[in-house]
Amino acid sequence: MHLKYESTLREPLVDGEKNYHQVTEDIISPIEAKPGKLWYVGFFISLLLLAFGAFSVTWEVYYGTGVWNLNKTIGWGWDITNFVWWVGIGHAGTLISAILLLFRQGWRTGVNRAAEAMTIFAVMCAGQFPIFHMGRVWMAFFVLPYPNTRGPLWVNFNSPLLWDVFAISTYFTVSLLFWYSGLIPDFATVRDRAKTKLRKLLYGIASFGWTGSTKHWQRHEALSLVLAGLSTPLVLSVHTIVSFDFATSVIPGWHTTIFPPYFVAGAIFSGFAMVQTLLIIVRKVLNLEEYITMGHMEAMNKVIVLTGSVVGCAYLTELFMAWYAAVPYEFDTFYKFRAAGPLGWSYWIMMTCNVITPQVFWFRKMRRNVAVTFVMSIIVNIGMWFERFVIICTSLYRDYLPSSWGYYRPSWPEVGFYMGTFGLFFTCFFLFAKYFPVIAVAEIKSILKTSGENYKRGMEQYEGQSAEQFEKGLHHDDHHHDTHGAVAHAHN
Amino acid sequence: MAVKNFVVASFDDEAVLFPAVKKVRTAGYKIHDVYTPFPVHGLDHALGLRETSLHTAGFIYGITGTTTALSCMSWVFNSDWPLNIGGKPHFPLPAFIPITFELTVLFSAVGMVLTFCYLCQLMPFVKKHIFHPRQTDDLFVMAIEVTPKTNAEELKAFLASVGGQQINEQKAEAGWWYGRYDREDRLFEQKAGTVNA
Repeated sequence: MHLKYESTLREPLVDGEKNYHQVTEDIISPIEAKPGKLWYVGFFISLLLLAFGAFSVTWEVYYGTGVWNLNKTIGWGWDITNFVWWVGIGHAGTLISAILLLFRQGWRTGVNRAAEAMTIFAVMCAGQFPIFHMGRVWMAFFVLPYPNTRGPLWVNFNSPLLWDVFAISTYFTVSLLFWYSGLIPDFATVRDRAKTKLRKLLYGIASFGWTGSTKHWQRHEALSLVLAGLSTPLVLSVHTIVSFDFATSVIPGWHTTIFPPYFVAGAIFSGFAMVQTLLIIVRKVLNLEEYITMGHMEAMNKVIVLTGSVVGCAYLTELFMAWYAAVPYEFDTFYKFRAAGPLGWSYWIMMTCNVITPQVFWFRKMRRNVAVTFVMSIIVNIGMWFERFVIICTSLYRDYLPSSWGYYRPSWPEVGFYMGTFGLFFTCFFLFAKYFPVIAVAEIKSILKTSGENYKRGMEQYEGQSAEQFEKGLHHDDHHHDTHGAVAHAHN
Repeated sequence: MAVKNFVVASFDDEAVLFPAVKKVRTAGYKIHDVYTPFPVHGLDHALGLRETSLHTAGFIYGITGTTTALSCMSWVFNSDWPLNIGGKPHFPLPAFIPITFELTVLFSAVGMVLTFCYLCQLMPFVKKHIFHPRQTDDLFVMAIEVTPKTNAEELKAFLASVGGQQINEQKAEAGWWYGRYDREDRLFEQKAGTVNA
């Protein structure tokens, strides 16, 4: 018997014959094994990318931002595009762990750990761009409000760019705390079954002396719940504030009130796509298909088609408003410089990848197809990259002064910088996949007896019963426990 | 705390654990703690633990953040260095909202996590006695303190009768100490002064 009951109509969240020990075994043993050849190849490629990125950034810092193809007309190019893109990707993790926790979505337990890790790494990548865009990067600390020797001249609290500093750093800190507080009990699991001294030592340090005491779990649950409650508005605020960078300006194509919800939906859209890309590989390589099931992927694909459609509506709203507002500059930006003009191709890539192709997910067969999901997840992220490129560059490359009109293509240090952040992201992710429990072990155990396939099978005998039969069975069950049976009955 | 004697029993199923907790408590034994590999809902109530006040602490940290942000920004803009930024007001409340919100969340989250670590004595290099290595894997481990009044043999027999397995007696430090998990610390052989409360 078990203390909670879930209908067998719901798809199991954990497939196969599992018990608590088997869950530990499945998720922790990849940490204890030597990584495969593929891991080394992937890790080495990531390190190479990271090194090339470091070289490009050093080049830029040494010679100045002039080595980027930015100029008076196009002040923001690939750098801010990449910044917004990475921040957007960093939204899925907290959405999964926080909002889905508040909505009591059980399927989040299979994917939240990896998604949160992805969030943290993506925000780390995002942060690089505005910092190095400053040019004199050694003065980056000027953005912090601290009593200084320059007056003291403070930062401008009215500026959305400063709000961004607060939003991104708060988001990073809170995500990190949320992620790590969930990792502590799992590190303790690794520690207590460790055979080697080094592993005992390192995971002993990382687990902070966790024992699994009931009181500690009670506080841990309270902490997770409140952090989820805090992160929910936080995750919405972050991309809202990023959108303020544009929306509070007077540039045609940016000066619009739908930006906050439009950006947030886009962020969730691209974030879930990135989660799919990573998890499809992780579940295959680490043999975790029984924990990250087709049901999990279908649920995420549903989120993708929903947010993709929200984004699509926003695109159409923008087009409508550009015409309806009767402002010639807005009209020209949308109809002459975005949908047409020298950079018009990027607009149509965006439209195709974000609005048209995700519609395949209205079909259940497509949602539950690994290959389709994988390809779509990459298409969506290409589309979302182009969305940011379109918003930033097509609004800038033809400004109010036709004599300054130009075209924009990145120089090699810009491309190198972007590739370098991929290197950073994947280096971190490879290390995470090797040394961290990629699935929240304790959380899977807490849903196992309600949502595990073998336990659900044990419920079938009860579902056909009448209330009277069930009642009788309860009293019988009090004296006789069978390991697989499960009846909703709480002991007080 | 100090080195104490414990009778330890393991349970492999919550369905056995809950009635056992109830019976042990009714029999008058004082449960030191139950260690579980994951949060078992309702176990805190079954053990008679009170609700945690961590939420309240979080709220207090949050409003501290709110007031810090609002008061600092208005002090900077009005008193310390009033600056004319495009003729905008010196107390632009709407423009203060994003930073105020972010600091509220930041203070609350950081404060709560630190409080959580303080209350549960969690820190790198902190070590605690593990009664059973599988208490973070698949066993629910109940530790009962042996006082001078306790008949340990009777208690063991009683625990076996309520479904406990692998019942044994352990002499262990009840609190925490600085230590490494790759070393075996035999605290009960050391002087009491080296042990932290």
